[in-house]
Amino acid sequence: MSVSSTQSLSSARRTRRRPFPLHIVVFLAPALLIYTVVMIYPILASLWLSLNHTVNGVNTFVGVSNYQRLLGTELYVQPLMNALKNNLIFFVIHMLVQNPVGMLLAVLLTMKLRGTTVYRTILFTPTVMSVVVVGFAWKLILNPAWGVQRSLLTPLHLQSLDLPWLGLASSALATLSLISVWQNVGIPMLLFLAALVRIPEELYEAARLDGAGAWTVFRYIQLPLILPTVGIVSVLTFVGNFNAFDLIYAVQGAIAGPNFASDILGTLFYRTFFGYQLQPGDPNMGAAVAGFMLVVILIGLLIYLVAWQRRITEVQF
Amino acid sequence: MKGMLLSASLLCLCAGVAHAAQTTLTIESWRNDDIKIWRETIIPAFEKANPDIHVVFSPSAPTEYNAVLDAKLKAGTAGDLITCRPFDKSLELYKAKQLISLNTLPGLQNFDAVAKAAWSTDDSKTTFCVPMASVIHGFLYDKKAFAELGISVPKTEAAFLAALDKIKASGKYVPLVMGTKDQWESATMGYQNIGPTAWSGETGRKGLISGKAQYNKGGFLTAFNSLAKWRPYLAPGYQALAYPDAQNMFAQGRGAIYPAGSWDIGTFRQMNPTLDLGAFAPYTIGTNKCVIDDHPDIGMGINAASKNQAAAKTFLSWVASDAFAQIYANALPGFFLANVKYTLKDPVAQEFVKWRTQCGKSFRSSYQILSRNANPNNENDLWNASSQLLNGTLTPQAAADMVQKNLASWYAPQKGK
Repeated sequence: MSVSSTQSLSSARRTRRRPFPLHIVVFLAPALLIYTVVMIYPILASLWLSLNHTVNGVNTFVGVSNYQRLLGTELYVQPLMNALKNNLIFFVIHMLVQNPVGMLLAVLLTMKLRGTTVYRTILFTPTVMSVVVVGFAWKLILNPAWGVQRSLLTPLHLQSLDLPWLGLASSALATLSLISVWQNVGIPMLLFLAALVRIPEELYEAARLDGAGAWTVFRYIQLPLILPTVGIVSVLTFVGNFNAFDLIYAVQGAIAGPNFASDILGTLFYRTFFGYQLQPGDPNMGAAVAGFMLVVILIGLLIYLVAWQRRITEVQF
Repeated sequence: MKGMLLSASLLCLCAGVAHAAQTTLTIESWRNDDIKIWRETIIPAFEKANPDIHVVFSPSAPTEYNAVLDAKLKAGTAGDLITCRPFDKSLELYKAKQLISLNTLPGLQNFDAVAKAAWSTDDSKTTFCVPMASVIHGFLYDKKAFAELGISVPKTEAAFLAALDKIKASGKYVPLVMGTKDQWESATMGYQNIGPTAWSGETGRKGLISGKAQYNKGGFLTAFNSLAKWRPYLAPGYQALAYPDAQNMFAQGRGAIYPAGSWDIGTFRQMNPTLDLGAFAPYTIGTNKCVIDDHPDIGMGINAASKNQAAAKTFLSWVASDAFAQIYANALPGFFLANVKYTLKDPVAQEFVKWRTQCGKSFRSSYQILSRNANPNNENDLWNASSQLLNGTLTPQAAADMVQKNLASWYAPQKGK
């Protein structure tokens, strides 16, 4: 089709009154339907549950009184704030370790080193493994009775590091965060890699002609051009971390010990909603915790949209 | 030929009629581990004595039992006999009129009040399940290690600590095998194991319920103090040692003393049949006589909607008898019956049961009423406090204060105490 014919076709379309684009509705309907049934409806149902109180199977609408209990009584607010604080620490460790390391690995992988694909596969492997397997493997590694930790550290004269990392209130959360970082570092790595390979070769060539070293190339070419991806990765990390549950449950159980040192909003939600051991579950209060989590995540997303995404415009090539 | 066919069909008909006269009872249970024992040993023994009753054992997975049972009861498809979990879960079923009162059941008089408490109303006037199995707390030890180091079985707290010192000095064995990572062992094998002696068993436990006793005073505080003395004798890195880790460590012969529940006997027999296992009762603390935790674990009641109530009662009377006890307790070593007239083959299990005649009897302080409707509840609080105590992050007084404060925050008789 020639250029002129395309132009005339589009101008003809513009002048004619367009019929309702029914095909869009038809194509969107399945996804919209499925999304509504499995995502939107459960969220609304959960919010509705949090506004009710159940006694002997009878539901009564009680408005926000569950939230008042959650945020106003010491029995609830103390564990809630503890979980929120732990969640923030969990997130900060991911932001400070997982994403920079992911970026570093991505940059290294763009340098045409020998065996890049092998490294990439190895680094991504933990991400595709089941959390249960990862949790179990690390529990074995760090096991004070027969874990390999001791036999690895002793020859290096690092016996002082042979501590029960998962059993101490001071180190349990950081240890779990680092296990999670180890497992998930492949995701930011791949996202950064995808952004880096889109940078045109000419920019590198120009930089090289100007005598730029690796750091200068990273600082003035690569980093600015992958900033939008940094934003996306941060938001994914944020949402993932504030929804986290599985690793801590797999390693520490729902009581997230010792003394709730590794309790995050996900495990608190689980204990409240489903109960644990002798503790009876309370679906209404559990739904209130879930509502609180939703608000925290929404606030985070809002900050991202207003403070970050509006300032960054993706570079178009 | 025709005649043969006729007589054959008549025969079938007769068999059908005979079969119809037989009542079939179905048992709901979470003990799917025990399915073989029920089908091959227990039920045939009952059916031999009661040929007109046929029994089917139909368990579900332990984690799903509560939900499955609730759904079946609502739909009216639940079996005639319901295996009862202890305390609140079964009380809930009785209150919802899904279980019947068993007060008039012949055989129930074989059980004492402590054994029946887990399946009785709060005022203990009505019992709705027959106690089937209970577990006893105490200590297991490696006889070989004790002989090697010349240690005799400790009866007092001082002797217990002296034995631990001796084992520690030898450097060959971990003196006390237990971890605090899973938290429940600290309370269950630790606090609730040695505690009943310190708080005089039922006197202390009932005192908590009535508001006369507190966790941060008297025997309950003494128990925290005694538990704190275990700390130097635990394995290196015990803070990250989980329950199966501790079991493995002891089964491999790396430890000398293992704070136990009787259900561990079967585990160790399986894990290492060559382990020379011995057992001793919780030691005395001060001048207090030993009291053991004889904790109710499994009971059985009758579905109120069952059409075969008479047959179900016949079966439960048999469950309450010594004949059943003899079969059950030997098939599952470590799960004991509350009535005493049976003989056990396992010498360690025998030792545990012997304590019933030597010591007082009680059960875990937090199970009746005190763990109802609170978050975190008394049981989970005890797990946390006992673990922190052993980890050295709380003093005995602070641990006791924490448990007491949380209990007093919602339980009326303890308010302001």
